[in-house]
Amino acid sequence: MSLTRDQMAWRMAQDIADGAYVNLGIGLPELVGNHLPPGREIVLHSENGILGMGPEPAATERDYDLINAGKKPVTLLPGGAYFHHADSFAIVRGGRLDLCVLGAFQVAAIGDLANWSTGAPDAIPAVGGAMDIAVGARRCVVLTEHTTRDGKPKLVERCTYPLTAPGVVRRVYTDLAVVDIDAGGFVVVELAPGIGFEAVAARTGGPIRRGDGCGIIALPG
Amino acid sequence: MIDKRVDSLAAAMRPIRDGHTIHVSGFGESGCPTELLHALIEHGARGLTIVYNNAGNGHLGLAALLEAGRVRKMICSYPRSSHSVVFDRLYRAGAIELEVVPQGTLAERIRAAGAGIGPFYCRTSVGTPLADGKECRRFGDHDYVLEHPLRADVALIKAETADRWGNLTFRKAARNFAPIMAMAADHTIAQARRLVELGAIDPEQVVTPGAFVDAVVRVANPISEYEALLAAKRP
Repeated sequence: MSLTRDQMAWRMAQDIADGAYVNLGIGLPELVGNHLPPGREIVLHSENGILGMGPEPAATERDYDLINAGKKPVTLLPGGAYFHHADSFAIVRGGRLDLCVLGAFQVAAIGDLANWSTGAPDAIPAVGGAMDIAVGARRCVVLTEHTTRDGKPKLVERCTYPLTAPGVVRRVYTDLAVVDIDAGGFVVVELAPGIGFEAVAARTGGPIRRGDGCGIIALPG
Repeated sequence: MIDKRVDSLAAAMRPIRDGHTIHVSGFGESGCPTELLHALIEHGARGLTIVYNNAGNGHLGLAALLEAGRVRKMICSYPRSSHSVVFDRLYRAGAIELEVVPQGTLAERIRAAGAGIGPFYCRTSVGTPLADGKECRRFGDHDYVLEHPLRADVALIKAETADRWGNLTFRKAARNFAPIMAMAADHTIAQARRLVELGAIDPEQVVTPGAFVDAVVRVANPISEYEALLAAKRP
């Protein structure tokens, strides 16, 4: 069975260490915030000038001076802070962000990330903070479905879409597997329950191998 | 005596000329000086270049300025949102120029301009189409792209509290681009929800010191673009 979006986010969240400073990209990565393991203090960064971002408030408590990068209302946890945009990206580029979790159109076997443009001629180009965060975070991982809606691989040998950053992605969490990227390409380190390595390989567009000790993703409950 | 208070939004707009480059604070609706933008429409300046993270929502504020045909070029990181209908139409009609800049590079280009720094090297956008045509150099283990400071003739920013010297505080994440834009313009105009006596802002809490601000004007109850969007959707 392929994982649901919440299961994907839950699996990713298990790898975030206590004390980590983390930026979650817009869309699917935002769900990771709902699954942070209890007992760990994890500080979420939002590039519009927030550290210590908390969950969405109740409808009556919404404050549009306190939104996340996706422009949705959020809250601030005790210990949180506000700062201006240049400081926010100094946190990103200055190496203070331990981890970023981004979405992707394509990830290449050499770690290239494409997540801002499909290069379609009529599309309005819009990059936001993706390039800065992909390059600046100490570790960059991707959370995305293994294939596009029409079944094309998102894990590819070389990106055909315009790059966000070359050679930055270390791990990809998909609905089928957890996949590391090393010098030899994609390495499956965990499989979703009931999913075989061959099924993952068949849906992957670049060099892929089964990692030593490849296990099954252990889901809660 | 220093008194940067201006009585009206219209009076605050007087230094603005056709063809000016204007920094506009805000991230989505958070921190956007909507009333200053409406005063700019009334003022009538044309051929403007606007630096703003996004490209306006609905038909208020920046979107209204775009709709009035006053903007020649937008410099922004993310000109796409579910409500940016006006910019979409102008862009697809070829009626407006667009420079897309990564958000952190946009912030640092503005900060550099405000701090009197010249061009600088940045790792962001190396190996991507946004580095095309720019000088790339390797320092140590990394490749960098040369980026240029981004200064404006005028900055329009939204603050929470101001005094007559132009000291400013901000509210929550509405701070975003305002402090750096205030630094990087020849003439900075702030709208503030509250104007207070000199000394009433705790000096430890001043975010933007008055040296970076030229004019403050009180807007006690700023429009919420979000609520306006909701209202427009109601049957």
